[in-house]
Amino acid sequence: MSPALINANPVVYEKKERPVRTRPGDAAFDEYATELIDQLEFDCICIWFVLFLMFLHHIRDIKDPEHPYSLEELKVITEDAVEVDDKRSYVRVTFTPTVEHCSMATIIGLCLRVKLMRSLPSRFKVDIKVAPGTHATEDAVNKQLNDKERVAAALENPNLVDMVDECLTPSFE
Amino acid sequence: MTSIEEEGLQLKELQTLTGHTDRVWGLAWNPVTGTAGHPSMLASCGGDKTVRIWQQQQQTPNSTSFHSLEVLEEIHTRTVRSCVWSPSGEKLATASFDATTAILEQNGNGFECVSTLEGHENEVKSVSWNASGSLLATCSRDKCVWIWEVLPGNEFDCVSVLQGHTQDVKMVQWHPTVDVLFSCSYDNTIKVWAEDGDSDDWRCVQTLNESNCGHSSTVWAISFNATGEKMVTCSDDLTIKVWGVDIARLQSGDTNASWEGIIATGAADDAICLFIESEDHSVDGPKYKLLLKKEKAHDMDINAVRWSPTENRLLASASDDGTIKIWKLDSIA
Repeated sequence: MSPALINANPVVYEKKERPVRTRPGDAAFDEYATELIDQLEFDCICIWFVLFLMFLHHIRDIKDPEHPYSLEELKVITEDAVEVDDKRSYVRVTFTPTVEHCSMATIIGLCLRVKLMRSLPSRFKVDIKVAPGTHATEDAVNKQLNDKERVAAALENPNLVDMVDECLTPSFE
Repeated sequence: MTSIEEEGLQLKELQTLTGHTDRVWGLAWNPVTGTAGHPSMLASCGGDKTVRIWQQQQQTPNSTSFHSLEVLEEIHTRTVRSCVWSPSGEKLATASFDATTAILEQNGNGFECVSTLEGHENEVKSVSWNASGSLLATCSRDKCVWIWEVLPGNEFDCVSVLQGHTQDVKMVQWHPTVDVLFSCSYDNTIKVWAEDGDSDDWRCVQTLNESNCGHSSTVWAISFNATGEKMVTCSDDLTIKVWGVDIARLQSGDTNASWEGIIATGAADDAICLFIESEDHSVDGPKYKLLLKKEKAHDMDINAVRWSPTENRLLASASDDGTIKIWKLDSIA
C-alpha cells in the first residue's frame, strides 16, 4: 500500500497554523489557547473560544504575501511520516507541529485520529505521534492522543466534535 | 499447584452476544447466579450508553444460550464505562462518562435505578464494592477516588474524597478480604488506601511507581486472586505484573474449591491470553507462563475479560467490535 494513504488535507493545517504564526494580535489567541489546551485535558471548550476560532476561519483565507506557506514548506505531514502495514493492520502517523509549543497539537492529533477512524476499515490499529524533538511536551501529547478512553470521552464533547468536523471539512479556494 | 493439564487446552467459543451498538467497555458476572439452579446472569455496558443484562437459559458442552434479559437505556446520558454487582448480587453499580454512578436493583418489573451518586467533576471510570458490600469506591478523570458508605434504603454517603493521584484514575478495586482499596492511574502508579485506625481517615499507605518495580505507563486494571494474596496489574507499557500482597489476616470462608488461579487478559491485539504460575520457581520467587493465546478472539480491541465466579472455566470477553463472547477453557477433544 502506498505510504501516502492519507491525503492530508493541507487546508487543515494551514488554517490552524497560519493564523497562529503570522497574525498580529494572535498573542491573545495563543495565550488563551495555550492556557486551555496545554492543560492537556480534553476539557469543555468555551463557546466564545469556538467563535473566536470560527472568526479566524474567515480571515485566514486572506493571503499573507510575506509568508506563502504550502504543506511541504510547513512540513506538518510528509510522505515518510505515514507508515502503513496492511498485513498487520497497522498505521502510524507522525506529525510535526510547526511551532514547538503549538497549543493546537492535541487538536491536530485528534483530527488526524478522527479522519483515520472514518476512512480506514475497523481492523486497523492507529498510532498518532508528534515527531520526536518537535514539541515541548511531546510525551504528554502522545500519551493523550493514544489513550483510547480519553479520546472516546473527548469525542463525546459536542464542542470538540464540532471543531474537529470544522477542521475536516474540505474547503476550496 | 494447579490441576491444569499442561497440554491440550483450548479456549472454545460458546456464544457471541450481539446487541450493543457501540463498543462494549465492561462486563460483570452476577456472583450469586450460575449455581444451585439459578441461571447465570451477566451485565454489560458500553459506548451506546446502555447497560444490558443477559441471562443463560441452558448450557450444553458446546454452547450456552444467553439471551438478552433487559436493555437499560435511560440510566446514563453518556458512555457507561464499567459495571459491577454487589457481593449479594442484588445491586448493580454502573460508572459513566456523564460523571455519575448509578445503583440499579431488580424488582418485579425488571431493573430500575434506585440511586444516583454525584460528586465527581468529570468522567467516572470505575466502581468497586468491598467484600461485605458496605462500601463503594468510585474514581474519575478528576484524579480523585471517592469512598461511599452503603446505608439502608439505598442511601449512599460519601465518607472520603481521596486525592493523591496526579492524573486520571482508571480503576478502583477493593481487596477481596480486607477493607483496603487499590487504585491505578494514567499517572503510571498504583495506590493503596486504608483507614487510619485512630481517626477513621482514609489515606494513601503505599504508592507503587517505577522506582519500586511499578509500571512505566498508564495502569489500566487491577485484579486479585481468591485469597487476596496476589494482585495482578496491566498497563500501557505492555506488561502484566504480579504482586505479592502482605495481608496478614485472611478471612476464613468459602473459597471456590476449584480455584485454579488462571490470569486471563485481553488487549488491543484482539487476543485473549491465559497465564498460570509455572512449576519451576526461581530463587527470586514464582514465575508465570503463557498457558494459551487465542488470536483474533475478537475483530477489534478487547476491553474486558471476566471469569465466571460460579461456573468452572467459563470466561466472558467484551470488545470494541460491539460483541460479548462466552468461552470455555476445555481440553482439545
